[in-house]
Amino acid sequence: MSETAPDRFGLSGTPIFDGETSRRGLRMNKLFMSLRTAENRERFLADEAGYCQGFGLSPEQQQAVLARDWQAMIDLGGSIFYVYKLAMMDGRSMQYLGGVFTGMGEDDFLAAMRAGGRRDG
Amino acid sequence: MAEVIWGLATSHVPSIGAAMDRGKTEDPNWKALFDGYAPARAWLAEHRPDVAIVVYNDHANGIDLDFVPTFGLGTAEEYEVADEGFGRRPVPDVVGHPELALHLVESLVDEEFDLTVFQELEVDHGFTVPLSVWTPDPGDAWPCPVIPLLVNVIQYPQPTAARCYALGRALGRAIRSYPGDLTVGVLGTGGMSHQLAGARAGFINPEFDARWMSAIETDPASLAALSREELIRQAGAEGIELIMWLVMRGALDDEVVKVHSDYFVPASNTAAGIALFQNGAG
Repeated sequence: MSETAPDRFGLSGTPIFDGETSRRGLRMNKLFMSLRTAENRERFLADEAGYCQGFGLSPEQQQAVLARDWQAMIDLGGSIFYVYKLAMMDGRSMQYLGGVFTGMGEDDFLAAMRAGGRRDG
Repeated sequence: MAEVIWGLATSHVPSIGAAMDRGKTEDPNWKALFDGYAPARAWLAEHRPDVAIVVYNDHANGIDLDFVPTFGLGTAEEYEVADEGFGRRPVPDVVGHPELALHLVESLVDEEFDLTVFQELEVDHGFTVPLSVWTPDPGDAWPCPVIPLLVNVIQYPQPTAARCYALGRALGRAIRSYPGDLTVGVLGTGGMSHQLAGARAGFINPEFDARWMSAIETDPASLAALSREELIRQAGAEGIELIMWLVMRGALDDEVVKVHSDYFVPASNTAAGIALFQNGAG
């Protein structure tokens, strides 16, 4: 069975963090939340795989975290507000993530935002 | 009785707080946003309430996904500013108002809004950035005690826009029934259009935002009629947090006087809006 989030509302390119998604992502999101503290960030960086196992991530989720596969983290149940904790630890901005999710790259994404944002269609 | 004297709607994007904390408000990418706040700040400085209520959502700082309260209210004497992972913002901790908060809980539960009660809560940018939009230089303390009112806007199903508006109406009644003599300001936070994840990340809808900005003043019932699907379609997956403006608007009278509003793109990945209303027909 695919772990990809259902396409609720049929809105293309619009992940909806619903209860089923949150259930699948709970362990991973708890890991992201833990990265608020410097002590946990140090423990994570010292042994990322062990830290993931300690939180009970699925193998797919662990792989996504270790590879910094941001899209996969969302697909596997990550909430963007939680995933962002890991991005911040890496020194990545929300514009960087926007560049990843859209495939535009950070610079073009940032330019599009400064030009007034992206539109549908 | 207590009385609502104003309502302030504002985005709560973390980078707005960061721009202030790092002295970047004159930066070309930010200056127009902060210039747009100035008239509201000047008016608010002359209209300090005895208590404020901030309607907001947490972002993985004060609560996690173990518990997802649809609505919550803080009854604590103090709220610590959260360290979100990059050091806490250099702003004062928040003094609460347990007496009014406990009255609000009782009144709202009597009206069948079954709120979760928080006796301990760290508040994040969703809460402190609106306070900074109001008061850029608080010194050692915010202008008055503040009560947090939390809304789940992160995990679907969020409360409906209609329910948020109804909660706001009940909140207004609850405030007016408080036996003490208090003036109250209500802040509705979040929005405007934005989406953070997915191929549609970066989505901004200025036409919808303009409609929202106009109707929040004159026809909030039309906004309360919008479905979650319509909000996500029109305002983006995270733009749905605009429903928190409706809690604020519901607490005000039908007739309000707009003091100031402004609109700016982009604050980080978000359309930032501010709207300040004096309560009553003026």
